[in-house]
Amino acid sequence: MRAWAASLAVAVAGVAALWVATDGLAALTTEGARRLAVVRDAPVVPPRRLQTMDGGQEVLPAGDGRASLIEFIYTSCPTICQSAGTAMAVLRDRFATAGLATQVRLLSVSFDPEVDDVPQLASYGERHGADGSIWTIARPDPEDLPELLDTFGVTVIPDGFGGYEHNAAILVVGPDGRLHTILDVEDVAGAVAATRRLLP
Amino acid sequence: MTAWRILAAAVLIGAGVALRGPLEAHPVTHMLVQMPGLALAGALLASPAIGSGEWNRGGVAALLAAVFTATFWMLPRSIDAAVSGPLVDAAKFATLPLLAGLPLAAGWRRAHPLLRGFLKAQALSMLGILAFLYTHAPVRICNAYLAEDQFRLGIGFLAVAVALAVLWTVPLLVGEAPRPAAGMPTGSG
Repeated sequence: MRAWAASLAVAVAGVAALWVATDGLAALTTEGARRLAVVRDAPVVPPRRLQTMDGGQEVLPAGDGRASLIEFIYTSCPTICQSAGTAMAVLRDRFATAGLATQVRLLSVSFDPEVDDVPQLASYGERHGADGSIWTIARPDPEDLPELLDTFGVTVIPDGFGGYEHNAAILVVGPDGRLHTILDVEDVAGAVAATRRLLP
Repeated sequence: MTAWRILAAAVLIGAGVALRGPLEAHPVTHMLVQMPGLALAGALLASPAIGSGEWNRGGVAALLAAVFTATFWMLPRSIDAAVSGPLVDAAKFATLPLLAGLPLAAGWRRAHPLLRGFLKAQALSMLGILAFLYTHAPVRICNAYLAEDQFRLGIGFLAVAVALAVLWTVPLLVGEAPRPAAGMPTGSG
């Protein structure tokens, strides 16, 4: 084979491989790929029960025509979950003033359900101003946790100091029970817009 | 090919597989120990016959293969996928030796000195960019690794860049002065 033809063949194969591996250069990170895939596929969220901070129950997905905005947290988190909690409070206020309180619910879900019992959840809710009407704090059954994290593409790794690092995000589940959008926790405007698009 | 090369390559790949858990637990050992070790294993397997054909004139085709493979394994997505999926990790153990290290060696020995210099300069600037990216990124680039380990990896890239720069430039500064190429004015006339 001629040298130029061999080089061309290698270059074509290489560019094709990189193109496929990055979704057409759109996603270089796992997080970027997960967000693209969710917009494209809108995966169904499997029905699961959550225990809330007042001892009651919520179901995932809501199943009653409401959209759900979900963030994963652990209540002893000192850093990113605190800013995420602040963002959830702002979101709650936005939906309340927009008159969407009956069409939307906000859930902060613990991925550390063994440690985060109901009093811990309640204390986190109190610290961040979640009163349970639009926004509540909840935990899944520990048995359901791996599947939930997998569905939402959440990776949790121990930080070596008794805490965790995780890819925090706002996860928007539509009234149809599908996960439609994943946004940065600070992106309040984006979350409101994405939710409005999913509501009838 | 001498037996010791095959043996050394087998030891490198075997160690990479056997110590997979601890090596991949930290990004510094994953990307700066295990992965270069796998590429080195491939380079050891590059017997003189490999890449000696007309298709590899100037080493260009082989070097292109090595560059594309290295680029693929530089993607944060690929690293995350290797940590979380045994299949992807198996692909890494196969492709880094056979499609990165081996063609790098098979291309390098036929490459013109200008091409070698170009690739060295590119490698240094790429390592510098990676060092800056991993020490300054405001978000975690790999979901599988901690933010502070990401910072350490950036420092690691910087250390490798400095080490290679020293390794490649010191020979130019000490010992015999490089002879000017034929046809160049020598300045002695």
